[in-house]
Amino acid sequence: MKRRSFISKGTLGTFSALLGTEIVFGHRIPSGYQPLALQDPDPFKLFNKDTGMTVLNTKPWNIEAKAHLLDDKVTPNKFMFIRNNGLIPENLDASNWSLTIDGESVQKSKTYSLSELKSKFQQYTYQLTLECGGNGRSEFNPPAKGNQWTIGAVSCANWTGVRLKDVLKDAGIKSDAVYIGYHAADIHLSRNPEKEPISRGVPMAKALQDETLLAFKMNGEDIPVAHGYPLRLVSGGWPASTSGKWINRISIRNKVHDGAKMTGTSYRVPCEPVAPGEKVADENMCIIESMPVKSLITYPKSGAMIKEGQSLNIRGHAWAGELEVSKMEYSIDFGATWTACPVEKPVNRLAWQHFTAKISDFPKKGYYEVWARATDSKGTGQPMLLPGWNPKGYLNNACHRIAIKVV
Amino acid sequence: MSSQKEFKQQVRKLYHKLIAAFGIITISVFLFIYIALHPSAFKNSPEETSIIAVPEVDGKIENGIHLATGFVDGEGLTEVIQNCTNCHSAKLVTQNRMTEEGWVATIRWMQETQNLWDLGDQEELIVNYLATNYAPQKKGRREVLTDIEWYTLPAN
Repeated sequence: MKRRSFISKGTLGTFSALLGTEIVFGHRIPSGYQPLALQDPDPFKLFNKDTGMTVLNTKPWNIEAKAHLLDDKVTPNKFMFIRNNGLIPENLDASNWSLTIDGESVQKSKTYSLSELKSKFQQYTYQLTLECGGNGRSEFNPPAKGNQWTIGAVSCANWTGVRLKDVLKDAGIKSDAVYIGYHAADIHLSRNPEKEPISRGVPMAKALQDETLLAFKMNGEDIPVAHGYPLRLVSGGWPASTSGKWINRISIRNKVHDGAKMTGTSYRVPCEPVAPGEKVADENMCIIESMPVKSLITYPKSGAMIKEGQSLNIRGHAWAGELEVSKMEYSIDFGATWTACPVEKPVNRLAWQHFTAKISDFPKKGYYEVWARATDSKGTGQPMLLPGWNPKGYLNNACHRIAIKVV
Repeated sequence: MSSQKEFKQQVRKLYHKLIAAFGIITISVFLFIYIALHPSAFKNSPEETSIIAVPEVDGKIENGIHLATGFVDGEGLTEVIQNCTNCHSAKLVTQNRMTEEGWVATIRWMQETQNLWDLGDQEELIVNYLATNYAPQKKGRREVLTDIEWYTLPAN
């Protein structure tokens, strides 16, 4: 590839000539940097994504779906959002891949090759909902810093792998274990090998759930590179950042894991609610665990025009983090009245659930919005307005809505 | 002073000079070995400031937008491109809205955790550009739906 030979020359002069501008402080750019203009321009081909997906960021790659693209019951790769904190690792070699279990609370550090993991432990497949903690961030006011996800940073694919708990137990868990933290092969944006882009984890209780997997297959095939090939931790129902990609080490910690993006405002929200825009001290921030109840209308696509008297079929998915969705409703009058509609049971715990409705009571011609509202098994429903403001704009589970015209 | 004392003093002086010379040689050897083992250790010294000027070929502006990056045209655009698109793409900037305080805090966070360099006397220009062109807009508690693409949905 031409591009590679440019980079291998790697001189600032080459970069500058290509960029057509001077690189001030060029001497401080560590070797190995690829200035933005030299990156592969077609992410859809690069990652086999549908061209209807929205690219939020090209370095690092962050790509989201649109509501109507998520209509499949099981999300295929082409409609699955990509969220990266760092650069995707290069030259991944599954045949030489290994996973080390270590940490203060492991009985004895142990390393497993990928083939050992596959042969030694029983394999399971679950359909698991993965939603980015910052899905919906774009709506917060005052605005929150970060990728401005709208509604498309959610997926529910089939994941196949071994149970994390089987592997942890094989290595041995000390009684003082509190948390697990993952380590992975991705590259920090600064290319500093000492820095991890992200190293998060979950409390032992979540780590030991049946559905928490060390996965090597997605939808029955090798996991696509952008989604964690060859090994991904998958903890459904929690912020997808806890489902580490390209993992090669899991530490059993005797304290809450303190890796990159576990502290500060990252994936944490005020322990007590605050007014929009308020400053929150570090010690008053709490780690996000289960994601809240939420739903999406995936059919029809927003903007449908129907004839007066014509009925409208809608459908979509609903999910509730660790819980189940127990009730689904829709409204065509901005929440003044709600109509219940059927919602299916999940195929397994932590999988999203499907709802359908036939709306035949639009009273007259005009502009309408169809709003959807799910309620979880504890009776908590989705808010119609933005939920509690937080510094990084996490956990927006406000009702989804689509625009309809009766003509 | 007897010639013997003088001689002793000269010997002592020579001795001190020899020790000093030996010390300098030893330090140089260690330094040489260190540089040989860590060739990058001294590369980033500020003395080597290299500003490579090449003609602008990619500076096309259309409707107030710098085409190659998507940045709004304005005072500080060049400095923002130079300092803010090495680690991440311009999209991470252009999709965000912050006050001056917020942009400064973001720069500090990147300097503390993401290896962003000291922006020196360009910081003010950069912050002004960001706070002017990417300032927060009031959104309220829920915005109206915009950019709706209307289409006819046949009866089924």
